[in-house]
Amino acid sequence: MAKVELHNLRKSFGSAEVLSDINLSIKDGEFLTLVGPSGCGKSTLIRIIAGLEPQTSGSISIDDQSIDHLRPHERRVAMVFQSYALYPHMSVFSNIALPLTMTALNLYERLPLIKLLSPRRRKIMKQIGEEVKAIAAQLQIEPLLGRKPAQLSGGQRQRVALGRAMVRHPAAFLMDEPLSNLDAKLRVHMRSELAELHQRLGSTFIYVTHDQVEAMTMSDRVAMMDAGKILQLGTPDELYARPANIKVAQFIGSPTINLLPARVGQDGQVELSGKPLPIRANLTEGSNITIGIRPEALQPEIVTHTLPHQASLPVHLRRSEHLGSEKILYFGVPDVEDLTVTSRVAASVPDASLKITNLAFDPSACHLFDGNGERIEVAAVASGRQSANIDKRFLPTGSHVS
Amino acid sequence: MNAQSYIASQAANQPSRINSAGRRFASLFITHAILLTGVAFILLPFIWMLITSIKPPDEVFNAQLRLWPKQFYGIENYTMALTSAPLLRFALNGLIVCGGILIVQLLVAIPCAYALAKLKFPGRNALFVLVLLGLCVPEQVPALPIYIGLAKVDLLNTYFAMMVPFFLSVFAIFLFRQFFRSFPDDIIHAARLDGMSEFEIVWRIVTPSAMPAIAAFAVFSFVAHWNDLYWPLIVISDVNLAPPPLGMMFFSDAEAGTNYGALTAAATILTAPLLIVFLFARRRFIEGITMTGVK
Amino acid sequence: MSTVAVPMMSAPPGRRQAVMERIMAAGFALPALLLLLLTILVPLGVLAYLSFTDYELGAVDVNYVGLSNITSALTDPTFRRALTNTLIYVAIVLPGSVILSLLVAVLVHRRKRTRSLYEIIYFLPVTSTFIAMATVWQFVLHPSLGPISAALRWLGIGEIAFLSDPSLALPTLAVIGIWQLIGFNMVLFLAGLSTIPKDLYEAAEIDGCGGEIDRFMTITWPLLGPTTMFVIVTSSITAFKVFDTVAVLTHGGPGGSTEVLLYDIYLEGFQYFRMAYAAVLTFIFLIFILVFSILQTVVMDRKVHY
Repeated sequence: MAKVELHNLRKSFGSAEVLSDINLSIKDGEFLTLVGPSGCGKSTLIRIIAGLEPQTSGSISIDDQSIDHLRPHERRVAMVFQSYALYPHMSVFSNIALPLTMTALNLYERLPLIKLLSPRRRKIMKQIGEEVKAIAAQLQIEPLLGRKPAQLSGGQRQRVALGRAMVRHPAAFLMDEPLSNLDAKLRVHMRSELAELHQRLGSTFIYVTHDQVEAMTMSDRVAMMDAGKILQLGTPDELYARPANIKVAQFIGSPTINLLPARVGQDGQVELSGKPLPIRANLTEGSNITIGIRPEALQPEIVTHTLPHQASLPVHLRRSEHLGSEKILYFGVPDVEDLTVTSRVAASVPDASLKITNLAFDPSACHLFDGNGERIEVAAVASGRQSANIDKRFLPTGSHVS
Repeated sequence: MNAQSYIASQAANQPSRINSAGRRFASLFITHAILLTGVAFILLPFIWMLITSIKPPDEVFNAQLRLWPKQFYGIENYTMALTSAPLLRFALNGLIVCGGILIVQLLVAIPCAYALAKLKFPGRNALFVLVLLGLCVPEQVPALPIYIGLAKVDLLNTYFAMMVPFFLSVFAIFLFRQFFRSFPDDIIHAARLDGMSEFEIVWRIVTPSAMPAIAAFAVFSFVAHWNDLYWPLIVISDVNLAPPPLGMMFFSDAEAGTNYGALTAAATILTAPLLIVFLFARRRFIEGITMTGVK
Repeated sequence: MSTVAVPMMSAPPGRRQAVMERIMAAGFALPALLLLLLTILVPLGVLAYLSFTDYELGAVDVNYVGLSNITSALTDPTFRRALTNTLIYVAIVLPGSVILSLLVAVLVHRRKRTRSLYEIIYFLPVTSTFIAMATVWQFVLHPSLGPISAALRWLGIGEIAFLSDPSLALPTLAVIGIWQLIGFNMVLFLAGLSTIPKDLYEAAEIDGCGGEIDRFMTITWPLLGPTTMFVIVTSSITAFKVFDTVAVLTHGGPGGSTEVLLYDIYLEGFQYFRMAYAAVLTFIFLIFILVFSILQTVVMDRKVHY
């Protein structure tokens, strides 16, 4: 149980800065995910916390005590590696027992043959054995204890790696993309198992992934990273509903958010391809901005007949992807080449009705980003009733249309 | 007391604050101290060879531990070495013999390895078993009968005699077969559909893909035969045909104890070619030795 | 009527192609097969035949002598001394070259900037013309002119005649053998080390084995096991084939203290031309090599799984 704090952490390799000024406070028992594209520095960050790499400057503390001077095994953290890093020549039992034998036995008691001279050793090994069995029982890998890692499936290896981490009762678990070597189905399963494990253990989890779905489904809070910086820290809901940055908006959510180029007109009125929208932004006239709209917030007219307070965008259908329960529609926008707008609708919406249509959207569902990609708040939404006359048959399940 | 509390008590005993910079420095110091001791052992003969080859005789016999000679005598020593023995001839002989061996080895081994890896023919498995058995037979074993045979047909003291036992490299067959087996069948099928003959497939499709293995083998073969003394010692008595090791032996027997300056100059001249090639193609060399060694 | 054998002429084209392919393939293998016969199999047969005769080069008639060559070999003090010396030589070179090269490889492997420099230096003996370097060694070890003696004199120990003292000559040759072999073995060990995933060391560091000894005992040594077995076998074979240094530096002396198996075979066969006797010795030599080779095959099989 521990809170982990990072203060002004920097890391550079030569002149290349990999992490710049990271400040992060992870609460006791929290499941925090570091998510971001590859090369964003998330793995470096977790390796610095583990003590595998030194930071260039800044400090890390666990429970208000600095751990910067401690070697990895003294830091009370356990790590699960992407490759699991199981010792291939050791049985599952020995793999899980290793962290305990390393601390409980001294060097002589670990050397071959000489170790047999120690009277203390047998007693300790028995206790360690019990501890390992208890952990194995929790993870349901007891029958595997005698096997070598090569004889295990991916999911089983994953559990052994977890066991090796759990056996130390660490203050914090560090996980570096632990699910990325599993196949898609198993990944979904292990996702929920990890979340359950976190609840059961109540320890602090710091989890690194490039998969936004993992980040969204498991975490208490998510830190989205890019180019060595934390772009946004918040609950999964916050990141989805109020992305602080265009990059966060793009990274979180699938299918990807629609980004439409727009400009600010008179009195801050936002104009989309020359047509004013019922929203305003506090920017000078003529600024270029970007409007972000989630695919589920854009609905074809057949689903939701444009209401007075809604805006609409004339489009023509390019392609539709049938995913079983829902459909992803790709539309072209007249006059704007290369722009494809996606919309997520129920599978029952007939393609024929979509050839040429209008996409209706609620202005309040728009995210505005300035020229630097930073979020700007919508200053005012033109008045209009928030209720809607939506044809519920055509709504995709789980979509929020406010 | 359960295991966990045991561990906790142990952990408390450990000094947690360590002087990591001092530790790193100490480990670095010990590492380099050990490695440099080894380097001194390895380089000792090389350095002594170079130094002695530029020393005048009186300084050599003076037997003082001096690194740099008082009088530079390199030109005299090297001239002496080059004029009193056909050193360049030795090196050329080495080149001819090693090159000849390598070319025939490749010409014989590549088609055979391809046939073993990709084609079906009666006796294929038997042939492969013979190849594996051949791997266990060192050159010194068939030396005696081959020598008798060469003596009978009066071919001793020829380049051919020096090369013939090595024309077949079972090792090359084995190595290339391993390499060819991983070559995709589909490409071979496609080549056949495109009208290529098997002959063309071997030399124009499969062989280029095996270049890393061939380069590795070439390094291995060249180094091995350049250094081989046993066989040339047996079949060559004509100084003009001697490859470098045998030439060096002739030279040191003739000059022994009298002129160390010239002797070390000769050693330098005969060692230099391979060393220079090595320094330029270090990666290839080490890869070659590793690949041929580990597989 | 349909049971009448189909004449070859009308064989389906696929079948004919298969036959052609077989002929082609046999053609590819033929040169190798001929050379295999000529340079390995027939010589082995001749060698076996010679073992039971009294053949000497240039002799007019050849007589069958049964096992007498073998019995005389087994009782021949020269041969027994040569075999003992060879085994002693192996017993020094093997641990020396394996342990030292493992040490060097482990230390070099973790160097970043200096790694390639060390690699080059340790590999130099492998790529130098060995006979030339052996000659230099002779001079380096020279009791009055060599630098080692000079250093020993300076230390007050006095001159040591490394190559002419019967009790020192063989160990001295072994040290030169180690010198020649370290770089080669180091490269093999480095290749082995590079296959150990870095993750494992990091996991070990977190699990509490960050110390050099713990790292080595828990990860490096067990995972290097197959490489080590391989290096041991190849080094044994190389050491067992010791010939060059003996032929150049000591000629088997002083007092037969450096007579080794291959040198004995060389003398019997190509200096005294006692071909039949040399054939028997060659077979004994081959048996040793085969034992090492079989060991190697067994080891290579084990390499596949842990």
